[in-house]
Amino acid sequence: MSLLSVDELTVTFGGVGRKESRAVDGVSFEVDQGQVVGLVGESGCGKSVTSLALMGLLPHKGVKVGGRAEFDGTDLFTMSPSARRDLRGSQMAMIFQDPLSSLNPVVPVGVQVTEILERHRGMKGEAARKEAAHLLDRVGIPDPTRRLKEFPHQLSGGMRQRALIAMAVACAPSLLIADEPTTALDVTIQAQILELLKELVDQEGTALLMITHDLGVVAGLCDQVNVLYAGKVVESAGRRELFAHPTHPYAHGLLGSIPRLDSPRGEALKPIRGSINDRIAWADGCAFAPRCDRYEMGCLTGTPPLTEPRAAGHEVRCVHPVLDDAKAEEVPA
Amino acid sequence: MSLLELDGVKVHFPIKKGVLFDRTVGHVYAVDGISLKVEAGQTYGLVGESGCGKTTLGRSVLRLVDITEGSVVLDGTDLAKLPGEEMRRFRRRLQMVFQDPLGSLNPRQNIESILSEGMVAHGIGKDQEERREKIKSILDKVGLPSNALARYPHEFSGGQRQRIGIARALVLEPDVIICDEPVSALDVSVQAQVINLLEELQEELGLTYLVIAHDLAVVRHISDVIGVMYLGSLVEEAPSDALYAEPKHPYTKALMSAVPVPDPEVEDQRERILLVGDLPSPANPPSGCRFHTRCPWAQAERCSTERPELRDVGGGHRVACHFAEEIAAGTLKLTAGEVVSATREGVEDAPPTLPEQAERAEAAVAEAEEAEEAEKAVKAEKADTVEAADAPEKADTAEEKAAEPLEAGKAAEPEPRKAVTTEKDATTEKDAKDAKDAKDAEAEKAAEAGKAEKADEAV
Ligand SMILES: Nc1ncnc2c1ncn2[C@@H]1O[C@H](COP(=O)(O)OP(=O)(O)O)[C@@H](O)[C@H]1O
Ligand SMILES: Nc1ncnc2c1ncn2[C@@H]1O[C@H](COP(=O)(O)OP(=O)(O)O)[C@@H](O)[C@H]1O
Ligand code: SF4
Ligand code: SF4
Ligand SMILES: [Mg+2]
Ligand SMILES: [Mg+2]
Repeated sequence: MSLLSVDELTVTFGGVGRKESRAVDGVSFEVDQGQVVGLVGESGCGKSVTSLALMGLLPHKGVKVGGRAEFDGTDLFTMSPSARRDLRGSQMAMIFQDPLSSLNPVVPVGVQVTEILERHRGMKGEAARKEAAHLLDRVGIPDPTRRLKEFPHQLSGGMRQRALIAMAVACAPSLLIADEPTTALDVTIQAQILELLKELVDQEGTALLMITHDLGVVAGLCDQVNVLYAGKVVESAGRRELFAHPTHPYAHGLLGSIPRLDSPRGEALKPIRGSINDRIAWADGCAFAPRCDRYEMGCLTGTPPLTEPRAAGHEVRCVHPVLDDAKAEEVPA
Repeated sequence: MSLLELDGVKVHFPIKKGVLFDRTVGHVYAVDGISLKVEAGQTYGLVGESGCGKTTLGRSVLRLVDITEGSVVLDGTDLAKLPGEEMRRFRRRLQMVFQDPLGSLNPRQNIESILSEGMVAHGIGKDQEERREKIKSILDKVGLPSNALARYPHEFSGGQRQRIGIARALVLEPDVIICDEPVSALDVSVQAQVINLLEELQEELGLTYLVIAHDLAVVRHISDVIGVMYLGSLVEEAPSDALYAEPKHPYTKALMSAVPVPDPEVEDQRERILLVGDLPSPANPPSGCRFHTRCPWAQAERCSTERPELRDVGGGHRVACHFAEEIAAGTLKLTAGEVVSATREGVEDAPPTLPEQAERAEAAVAEAEEAEEAEKAVKAEKADTVEAADAPEKADTAEEKAAEPLEAGKAAEPEPRKAVTTEKDATTEKDAKDAKDAKDAEAEKAAEAGKAEKADEAV
């Protein structure tokens, strides 16, 4: 059984006096124990909203969450609020892009870590402080005893993210959701944080839901990758399969448009035309159609279903998938 | 002679203290002695992590910040010494494209007015008619329709706004365009459009670029020559391909090894050099080699006492490291840091199985048809649920501890496949205060983080 199983998750914003907009439009995926699963897509495709819905952290007013999410066999959306909070403190934890906003600015880092240990692990006084120092040390914060007394603003971005990871792993959660945890960081610091996350997964067996817009980050880290476009998973596969055979025209196009460090200078990029704003409603057809080189009339007859046109377990939401790479180069008439 | 030559450029910002802000207690050594040459018709890429002084250097070329020391010579004229009035005339020849296209465009001006402004200031075009013609031809070059003229910045997408920013530079026919993080605010799928545009324009108009960016892959893609900055100085400079093939400075090596490549085959072969610690403050830079506090090869004494000069090691490759040769030869042992695999241990890496494609395609069609049926069924089901789910939403406003949403769901549907959460989470400000002493202070912070991020993205 999967640790986390998300089935047809929808999140709709709006309500009284506001136009409804569906940020997450039927997203399904699973995360197994100790597995790293990527949720990749450009800004606005619904990554953060998905994670907040799973954590139960979406604002209450004007938001409708539909579908089903099971954590360790329990339905998250029908759980009592207090049970959910307990779960959030112990079994599920989340870290964010901007660690500063998730830390209390007026409380020393050490107090924030010890509070968690006291609340969720029943530790007291000196024991909690000792464990807090141990945790900071564990996530690679030098001189942890001194750092415990510092306020969040006194730490660098990388150190703050480490502190947040320390808080997230304080209760040895079985699932960690990381929403763009390295996007605000410099690349050498990103490497440090990714290494830390890798260690957590390898040594503690924590499952990781890695949310990012960076396909490079996914390539070395994730077992399974889900590509999101406009609130729907458009492609899902194991990491090698996905990168070797991107089959949805969006995923295929994205990989062709990213400048790679290892590609020779002068090799032209193949951009995807238009922007995320050029989209149609999934109900009417493929949301990617206005930007797609492979678009045909058939693309506009309702939501394309997820199929496995290439290999078992490699799901693609496209009626005209990229099946051989030579063909993908030419635009169908 | 090169079109643009910087020699020993320093920009030191005074740190003021005291009630009257008149006491200088130190300096931020934002740019601390940079010499480089930009050749006509070429692209010089300046790369480095945030805070290393890239933007300040770009601004110093335009004299948007005061140059503390050194010279900036454009086409034979030293801009650093030019009186204000003359500098204003020279500014036409140096244009800047900014990171944030929206922030750099006045929201109340339409595109024609934004693009005319500089032309009027520099006396380009004898009347608005002539200017408009010129603007139209430039808009066409950057791939915007001519009806863009009467529209306003907010009516365009991020990528289009960046095109407007480029057009604004182009109408002045500058000698050098300084692009400061030209694509980092754009979505990945849109970045390539702007990168390609910059390259096409260079080819067509013979433009010269100084491109400043933190993304090494982007810089490598568009630059002829790359300069790597660390704490206000250049640590390495080389032709793009040479730098990639053989990075010689320890910082460049670490930086390059840290950039993830979107290809598991490549990542599985790569190793990362993990640096220790963080970037030191440019207000209090380390002695000797500025990189010695993080350098994996730092050697006792010399590295912390003697500042290495940028020196030519052959083939136009310049490096500021005492031990570049020894490191390249592999005779120097690591003294700090760590080298790790770029790939996670135990990551699922079964090689993909190549299916017989024809068979697959056929199966796909059949499957697609089946799935379509199923999808329709699901949709019908969904329609039901939404209505059912609406009920508890309303009920919830009446009662705090919501009637469990599932109840309503259940009533409508024997199998509770979809339900709406009505859990009350402390996300309003009032709730926040109440939550302070309550159990969920932590959840609160997390929720706020979510909100803050949203606000960020909205900007
Ligand atoms: N609180 C909110 N109210 C209304 N719309 C929202 C809210 N939060 C997010 N959205 C919208 O939902 C969509 C998905 O957002 P998000 O999940 O944050 O995207 P990302 O993939 O960048 O994390 C976006 O179109 C965004 O504008
Ligand atoms: N006007 C200023 N006054 C004081 N310090 C500044 C000013 N502008 C930049 N700095 C500082 O100079 C350093 C370099 O900044 P910047 O040039 O923006 O770096 P980059 O563009 O590489 O991120 C930073 O430490 C920054 O805080
Ligand atoms: S369904 Fe059609 S428009 Fe959508 S991605 Fe596939 S080919 Fe393109
Ligand atoms: S001079 Fe020393 S500290 Fe500086 S980069 Fe070279 S080896 Fe490292
Ligand atoms: Mg997000
Ligand atoms: Mg900058």
